[in-house]
Amino acid sequence: MAAATASRNGLRSALPLLAPAYLWLTVAIFLPLSAMVFFSFMTELPLSGKPWAFTLGNYAAFFSQSLYLTLLLASLRLGLEVTLWCVVIGYPAAYVLAKVLKGRSREAIFLLVILPFWSNGLVRIFSWAMVLREGGILDTALNAMLPFKINIDLMYSYPAVIIGLVHSYVPYMVLTCYLTLQAIDDSLIEAGRSLGASRLQVLKRVIIPLSMPGLVAGAALIFVPVVGSFMEPRILGGRTGTFYGTVIEDQFVAVFNWPLGAALSFILLAVVLVILAIASPVLRRAA
Amino acid sequence: MAGVQVSNVSRSFGAHKALDDVSIDFADGGFYALLGPSGSGKTTLLRQIAGFDFPDSGRIAIGGESVERVPVEKRRIGMVFQNYALFPNMSVADNVAFGLSVRGEAKAVIATEVQRALALVQLGKLGGRRPHQLSGGQRQRVALARAIVTKPRVLLLDEPLGALDKALRVDMQIELKRIQREIGITTIFVTHDQEEALTMSDRIGILRDGRLVQEGPPEEIYNRPKSEFAATFLGDANIFRGDTTGNGIRLADGTAIAAGAGATLAAGAKASCAVRPERIRIATDAGAPDGNANILKGQVSKRIFAGNNSTYFVERAGQTLKVIVQNTGMERLAEGQDVVLRWSPESTVLIAAN
Repeated sequence: MAAATASRNGLRSALPLLAPAYLWLTVAIFLPLSAMVFFSFMTELPLSGKPWAFTLGNYAAFFSQSLYLTLLLASLRLGLEVTLWCVVIGYPAAYVLAKVLKGRSREAIFLLVILPFWSNGLVRIFSWAMVLREGGILDTALNAMLPFKINIDLMYSYPAVIIGLVHSYVPYMVLTCYLTLQAIDDSLIEAGRSLGASRLQVLKRVIIPLSMPGLVAGAALIFVPVVGSFMEPRILGGRTGTFYGTVIEDQFVAVFNWPLGAALSFILLAVVLVILAIASPVLRRAA
Repeated sequence: MAGVQVSNVSRSFGAHKALDDVSIDFADGGFYALLGPSGSGKTTLLRQIAGFDFPDSGRIAIGGESVERVPVEKRRIGMVFQNYALFPNMSVADNVAFGLSVRGEAKAVIATEVQRALALVQLGKLGGRRPHQLSGGQRQRVALARAIVTKPRVLLLDEPLGALDKALRVDMQIELKRIQREIGITTIFVTHDQEEALTMSDRIGILRDGRLVQEGPPEEIYNRPKSEFAATFLGDANIFRGDTTGNGIRLADGTAIAAGAGATLAAGAKASCAVRPERIRIATDAGAPDGNANILKGQVSKRIFAGNNSTYFVERAGQTLKVIVQNTGMERLAEGQDVVLRWSPESTVLIAAN
């Protein structure tokens, strides 16, 4: 009884603090999303002035054309690959930042990790385009150093999309892993080694399990937006860069079929939620 | 099991000499305390023996085998950390099993050994718990079980009782000593707690500023300190400074103090005498004359009652002397009272000036 009263009092005093955030979320996310849900069941966009009716056709379109499923699978694979590369690149970097570097050198490296966050996404992608194309920076530099002639033209290819996306999203992995790795007491590592474990065994049996929450958080932060990404695939992928996200974008900016775009978006959201729901108990057990 | 020999080990961190030419022989099966203030190098020395850090020069041998360049995981040591360092992601049993399982022991062997180790530290029923569900004392026992289950050659303890409260600490001291005797393992114990060092160890090494100041059995160091630092760091001591006379010293005011123990020094050199507070008898009169006893007159400035004993602070020629008297029901001395202090030359240790 007393506890209930206390928690109600706590809630009442917290209300002024919570209100701005909830108000903002309602206006900025809930209302537009509700409108999109509404659109996704329409035959025509009401703004165009044409007559419209309710329909399930937009959702049915996903199942009637195998193209959408193929693209969704391609996007999920892209998300998986980018997430894996971010783990491979980001986790060791986070480990070095948290456990090896100290003081000013840590701050300097940290700045380099954060830097992509501060630069404009389009600038980031177009600078990759300059690096990756034939006769670009990478091609010219390699040919200047190597005695034989090679052609590097990664532009408009699947690897280019992967490179661009990994570059954009690897800081999330570094930051989330850094936070959990830093919380691991060094004496745990020393204890493991004093018991005869090699550095690799300590990594496998102590450090990775203890930093699993950071890996999971980083993976979720990366996987979800990458599956729906469209900017990197479109600019760096060219004709090979058609993914589920670019198709959705097309519906909104090129074809002006907002109802179909909205329906495809919500199907993606549902698929991602299902994947996270299946993955979370497995990952939690590993952690 | 094996003894540990540390020979001429030095280690610097930048300009700071953490260890300066330290040599100690840790006998097989002994219980050894490394005692010193913080920054004295005792933990650095332990880390060299463990293999977390390598010496700049010198030799470390475990069981006669040179190990100074062998990494920790190959040294077959057991270590207990100050904060216990239990793996929070594992159960108590898995923590204890860790050392055996990384060695690839069979599951059945591991299970038996873990049960035996947990029984030894009297935690047989708690194998399924997580470390965070245990009390401080229980975590300490798990850390100990984990360190000894692999049958290491030497057991290293880094201030293992520092985080426990006083009553529990005394229990754990007795417990630790019992377990050490039972398995007969060479044990090196780092502490800054002199009482812990005195009560638990067979031998004590006192470190200061990276150097070994004195080394020996607790009674020997307590009764025959070789430096003022050893005398005052291990226990309490009254220090008199003056010039040697051959069998004692002469203070600045001409008073002679006879010393029956300690260094042999040429007459005229600067030297000190150390007397333990409990060796001094305090009285209101001089009593019967006694040929060779040291006698000083002073005035009680303060008395601190501590239950079974009292400490008197006695002012004498600008120096405050401490005297500890057992509470045997004798009348207490008042503050401000003139008193006579008396102690035998045998209780006085002559120390060369440092």
